[in-house]
Amino acid sequence: MATTAIRTPAYGAEYPGEHGGLYSWLATVDHKRIGILYLYTALGFFIFGGLEAVVIRAQLGAPNQHLVSAEFYNQLFTMHGTTMIFLAIMPLSSAFFNFLIPLQIGARDVAFPRLNAFSYWVYLFGGLFITIPIFFAVAPNGGWFGYAPLTTKPYSPGLNIDFWVIGLQILGVSSLAAAFNFLTTIINLRAPGMTLMRMPMFTWMAFVVQVLLVLAFPVITIALVFLLFDRFFGTNFYNTVSAGADPLLWQHLFWIFGHPEVYILVLPAFGLVSEVIPVYSRKPLFGYPVMVYSGILIAVLGFGVWAHHMFAVGMGPIADTFFGLTTMLIAIPTGVKIFNWIATMAQGAVRYTTAMLFGISLVGLFTIGGISGIMHSSPPADLQQTDTYFIVAHFHYVLFGGSIMGIFAGIYHYFPKITGRMLDEKLGKWHFWLMFIAMNLTFFPMHFSGMLGMPRRIYTYDAGQGWDLYNAMSTIGAMIFPIGMLFFIYNFFKSRKSGEIAGSNPWGAGTLEWSIPSPPPEYNFAKIPTVTTRYPLWEGKEPDHESARINAQEGKTPHELGIIIPYSTMKPLLVAAGLIIMFCGLIWSHVLLAVGAGTLILSLYSWLLSPLEPEHS
Amino acid sequence: MAASIAHTSAPTHHHYTTLGLDSRKVAIWAFIGSECMLFVSLISTYLIYKGRSVIGPFPHESWTDPSTGQVLKPILNIPVTSASTFVLLMSSLFMVLALAAVQNKELPKRTRGERILGNSKLWLFMTALAGTTFLSFQAFEFTSFVHEGLSIRRNLFGSTFFTLTGFHGAHVTAGVLWLVTLLAIDYRRGLGSRDSLLVDICALYWHFVDVVWIVIFTLVYLLK
Repeated sequence: MATTAIRTPAYGAEYPGEHGGLYSWLATVDHKRIGILYLYTALGFFIFGGLEAVVIRAQLGAPNQHLVSAEFYNQLFTMHGTTMIFLAIMPLSSAFFNFLIPLQIGARDVAFPRLNAFSYWVYLFGGLFITIPIFFAVAPNGGWFGYAPLTTKPYSPGLNIDFWVIGLQILGVSSLAAAFNFLTTIINLRAPGMTLMRMPMFTWMAFVVQVLLVLAFPVITIALVFLLFDRFFGTNFYNTVSAGADPLLWQHLFWIFGHPEVYILVLPAFGLVSEVIPVYSRKPLFGYPVMVYSGILIAVLGFGVWAHHMFAVGMGPIADTFFGLTTMLIAIPTGVKIFNWIATMAQGAVRYTTAMLFGISLVGLFTIGGISGIMHSSPPADLQQTDTYFIVAHFHYVLFGGSIMGIFAGIYHYFPKITGRMLDEKLGKWHFWLMFIAMNLTFFPMHFSGMLGMPRRIYTYDAGQGWDLYNAMSTIGAMIFPIGMLFFIYNFFKSRKSGEIAGSNPWGAGTLEWSIPSPPPEYNFAKIPTVTTRYPLWEGKEPDHESARINAQEGKTPHELGIIIPYSTMKPLLVAAGLIIMFCGLIWSHVLLAVGAGTLILSLYSWLLSPLEPEHS
Repeated sequence: MAASIAHTSAPTHHHYTTLGLDSRKVAIWAFIGSECMLFVSLISTYLIYKGRSVIGPFPHESWTDPSTGQVLKPILNIPVTSASTFVLLMSSLFMVLALAAVQNKELPKRTRGERILGNSKLWLFMTALAGTTFLSFQAFEFTSFVHEGLSIRRNLFGSTFFTLTGFHGAHVTAGVLWLVTLLAIDYRRGLGSRDSLLVDICALYWHFVDVVWIVIFTLVYLLK
């Protein structure tokens, strides 16, 4: 076997028996390719959202600057938040859901491969729909949580909010379709012996996140439908002036979605870090069952804390107390996770790889964000902190220090599996330290500027209020991010081309995805393995040697193995395009509405009536 | 023969599944869970805004326009909607019969009664017809409300009522299209017991939409 050619990375047409070129990407239904599409697109949006933040920080670097207008500044912070949440972190998580869930549970693909492609295309089109307006200075400008009645027609007459309402509605379709798919995959496509309590922690957290998505997204869908109807058809849901509508309706609906959304953003990163830390500590995850239960508890409690975003509106002492208490309670399962990661590392043979550094930094930085979170879980303290930079500091420690650091840990850990090649560790460490320094230099001073009373979302400020130094520090920190990201981008493309060949299990990890070649063949597992433990490659009681041997073989075509592969098809893309054209019709012309609806219905029927894969012979 | 029927009972037959169920069945339950939250949001909003409309018409009380002195009667027509509710509930019965007919397609039919009960085309058609009848009632209701002065823009009641019942109507419409598609398949190539999953997931959706209507009918029409 010495002559076995090392296969090149999975970015071209290297899967045996598959055609290459653009069409193969437009028509793919392979979860790994869709995962890669998600990864590239979401990293693109992440960089774009980051550049928006750089402009924001440049504007705030010193008092009384006028680098951008107040009006454009509103668009920048709105789109920074919207981009990072809906177009960067969620789809980056989706990239991992796509790539990893089937590999971790021993499946050949997700339950509905074509629906999976549909989710991606809707995400891409929806992302472009909501992003492109900023080039024409008509981007959404009502903040990422778009409070109505501010976002209703009388107060926001332009197209800006229309793009936001419709864009989020489109992205919701993508998230929901993906959630049904992953939920079904995890419930129904686990390999024999892969019981729930043997699932890798990433898949567990992915499972919890899908449940959150399935239950939380319909609520924002309805909140957005109300706003859409108010803006387009003149309904009264948020008409507080003449119709007697409740000014808090939007806030309640939005945050019933919005708080679970926070866990939708962070739990996948928790899952990734729960894969990373055991591998580089050479120890199984400490307290696995408790990690599972705490993940579930976070999700359950996550539905009972939404009004802590609304203490300042005056809900009365009983509601304030209730939501303050539930918010404090949620610190318990979260703290359990932090301690379990620490206990996993304790007395382990820790290797400080880049992935591990990102993982450890999540544990530390998320703890800081968690502690400031406990501070404003108390309504009296929150009244001082709400709408100040203290909150901005808090949620960036949670979402950057938590989600993004965890996602980068995942990228460094799984890059070899995805591409077949290793990322450069030296460049990786440069990337890590620059990001770590930039993150703390940018966001830590915001605790102080916030405590000194600097409000969020102001586009400039007067000198002499004690904010100047902290803002200058934050701005310098923000300028370091792009440098760090340049290291990452260079490393990413260089390693993809000429990185060290990874082999199936470069890190000595214990879960199923590392038992197959890197990049994995189209069918993932030549033989579906039988699972007997949580770390089948570490501690098999009755190791499934037969499957392991077959699965380690490289270069076999599905045909040789008698495995049926779904047809490639562009129908999901066409349905997604129809959907998007239909929504565009709401803004521009009713002709588009009809064209879009026609395309959607025709291609949907064509999709549903055509078989997924060749018949079993 | 029996073996081949069992073999093809789940269209994804050559895939191992953990639960032994077809994945589509798992997914439809997840979808229904999601839809519950959708209707919970709509119904909650209706209840929150109940009785808060500044101007009439109102659902259960009459209203005198202070500027013109015109009296608007309570707008909900409960007898008519009770009839349409009955039709929709009957459609669930037809749906059950349609599913049973498809599942038992291969069983021998000896009597006239068994042949009628085993006629999947008949019951699919009846279900779709009942759904369409319900939608016609709704179209009649909507137009008569508009004539009586209640538009979606008129007041909070109009906005919440039309949106809630309209969303439900849209779900019924999707269900009717689904049923008609199944009926077309049945005419083209015949639905057999191997296809029962196709009808089964449609039935789950249809019953769910019915249950939602029971909740809406109770909360919107019956409770004053």
